[in-house]
Amino acid sequence: MTEFIRKAQKVWEKFKDYVPTYDEVCEILEKEVVNIEDVAKLLNVEDKNSILLMASKAKKLTRENFGKVILLYAPLYISNYCQNGCVYCGFSCRKNYKREKLELDEIENELRAMKEEGIDSVIILTGEDRIHSPVDYIKQACKIAANYMSEVSVEVYPLFEEEYRSLANAGVVGITIYQETYQKEDYEKLHPFGPKKDFEFRLTAVERALSAGFHEACVGPLLGLSHPQKDVLCTLLHAEYLLDRFPKAEISVSFPRVRSAGIDFVPMFSVSDKEFIKFLIVARIYLPRVGIVISTREDARLRDALIDVCITKMSAGSKTTVGGYVPQEEEKDAQFEVEDRRTVAEVVESIIKKGLRPEFTNWVRGVNSL
Amino acid sequence: MFEIGGKTLKSRLFVGTGKLPDYSVIEKMYYEAGVEVFAVAVRRIGPNTKHTKNVLEYIPKDAVIMVNTSGAQDHKEAVKIAMIGRELTNSNWVKVEIEKDTKYLFPDSIETLKACEILVKEGFKVFPYIYPDLNLAKELELIGVEAVMPLGSPIGTNKGIGCEVLLKPIINEIKIPVIIDAGIGRPSHAAKAMEMGADAVLINTAIATSSDPVKMAIAFSKAVEAGRLAFEVGLLKEYEYAQASSPLEDFITG
Repeated sequence: MTEFIRKAQKVWEKFKDYVPTYDEVCEILEKEVVNIEDVAKLLNVEDKNSILLMASKAKKLTRENFGKVILLYAPLYISNYCQNGCVYCGFSCRKNYKREKLELDEIENELRAMKEEGIDSVIILTGEDRIHSPVDYIKQACKIAANYMSEVSVEVYPLFEEEYRSLANAGVVGITIYQETYQKEDYEKLHPFGPKKDFEFRLTAVERALSAGFHEACVGPLLGLSHPQKDVLCTLLHAEYLLDRFPKAEISVSFPRVRSAGIDFVPMFSVSDKEFIKFLIVARIYLPRVGIVISTREDARLRDALIDVCITKMSAGSKTTVGGYVPQEEEKDAQFEVEDRRTVAEVVESIIKKGLRPEFTNWVRGVNSL
Repeated sequence: MFEIGGKTLKSRLFVGTGKLPDYSVIEKMYYEAGVEVFAVAVRRIGPNTKHTKNVLEYIPKDAVIMVNTSGAQDHKEAVKIAMIGRELTNSNWVKVEIEKDTKYLFPDSIETLKACEILVKEGFKVFPYIYPDLNLAKELELIGVEAVMPLGSPIGTNKGIGCEVLLKPIINEIKIPVIIDAGIGRPSHAAKAMEMGADAVLINTAIATSSDPVKMAIAFSKAVEAGRLAFEVGLLKEYEYAQASSPLEDFITG
C-alpha cells in the first residue's frame, strides 16, 4: 500500500529541480497518456503561459469527461468531540471549548434546513471519538440523512471494514478521508497523540470502505502541512492506485489548504493561489476521469474561476460548526474558517453564469441501498 | 421515417442529456433540430428543488425518453435502475449501460447480457450499449432487444468511428437496428456512421459541450440525414487505380 508513496518520493527526487521549457510543456500536453514523471515536471512550471496552456488542456479534458455539470453538496458536522491532538485542527482536544454533539432529532432538523436550501447531497462529519460519536451514532445519523438526501457520504475517523459495511447498508455511498500528509515523519509530528497517530490505519481506510461496498471516495492532503508538491504527487498516485484496485469506484481528489482554525499554528509551507491552481490542473491532466472537489475553504473568486477549468464537485452554503444550519444565537467554534460565505442560491447563480449546470443529485434516491 | 422500439420516428439522431449545460436547450433541440429521442440518466433525475428543476420537465411530451442505467455496476443494479426509471418517466425504453471501470467507461458485456435477458422479460424496450462485438450483438438479438448500441470509440473521446472494421459486420449481419453510440465528435463522424448503414446515432458530449448545443444538434441532424440518404442511394466504390480507358482495352476485349 505504501509503495505508491515510495514511488512518488523517487520521482520527486529525480525531477525536483527540473523546470520544463514552454516547448517541453507543449510536448507533454500533446501526449495521449501523461506519465508521473511528466507530472513531476509540470509541478515545477512557473511560467504563466505554460500554466495557461496546461489549463486549456485541463478544461478540454474536464468537458469531455464530465460535460458542463458541477455537483453541489454540503457538509453536516454532527459532533466535535475529539481525542486527537492534531496541532493544526480546530477540533483538536488541546483546544478548550465547548464540545457538543447533535441528538438525532437535531440532526433531522439540520437536514431539513439543508434540504430547504436545496441541498440534496450531504457529507456527515465528526471528530475522532469512539466514545462520544460511536459508529452506531454515525450510522443512525446516516440513516436519517438517507431519508432526506439522494447522496450521503461520511468524513469520519477511519473505521474497520465491518463498520464501513454497516454504514453502506445504512445508505452511505461515499467516503472522504484526507491523509493530511503522506510524509510519515511529518505526519507523526503533526499528530502527537490520539488514535489518528496511526498513519497506516488512516491510509488504508478508503480501501476498507470501498471493499465494504462504498461507491465513491475522495482522497487528498491538507496542503501546507508538509512539502506540497510531494503530497500532490502522492495524492495522484494514491487515486490511481485506488482506480486500479477498485475500477468500479468513482474516485475524487481534493487539495484543501490549511486555514486558520483559531489556534496558534503556522503551516510549514504556504501554498499560493498560483501553486494551488497548478496542482488542480495537473491533477486533471494526469487523471482525466477523476473528480476534483473544491470546498468553501477557498474564496468565491477563485472557486468561480476554477469551475470553468477542472472542478467537478463543490460545497455550497457550508457551515463548519456543529448544528450550523438551524439559525442560533450564539457564535460557535468551527473546524476551519469558511472563505466562500455565499448562500447556495448565490453559488448556483454564479455556476449558471459560467454556462454550466449546477446539479444536486448524483444518485437517484434509493438506488444504492437497493 | 423508421420504426424502432414500437415507434415511428423521423429523426435518426438521439441525444444524451447528462452533460448539457442547461436543460432548457432540450426543448429547442426537439423543435429546431427535430430530435425525438432523449437519453436521461436515472441517477440524475433529481426532484424539483429550490434551485433546479427536474430534467423531465424539460422534455416535450411527444418526445421519447430513453432511460439510461449509467452508474450501474452489475446487472442487478441495472435492472433496479431501469425499474426506478420506468416509474419516474413512464417510459419503457431503457438504454442498458453497465460499466465496471470508471477510467474508460467500457461496457461490461457479461453483465449487460444478463440485464437485457431480465429486462426484455419484464417488458422493457431494451437498447444495450455494447462493444462492437458481433457475437454479443447476435446473442442480444436472440434475446429480443430492440436495437444494439455499439460504441464508435470510447465515451467522450470525440474520436469518431474508430472501430469501423468491427462495426461493419454488426451492421451487415444484425437484423435489428444498430445505433452507434459513444465517441462521435463531429457531424462528419455521424454522417460516416450513417453512410456505413447504421440506423441511428446517439450523441452526448459533442453536442452538450459545444458552445451552442442547439446549433450543434442541428448540424448533427443534417449530417445524419445526409449520411442516411447517401447510404440509401448506395455509395460508389473506391478504386485503387484510375479507371481511365486504356488504349489496350480494344485488344484485350477483342
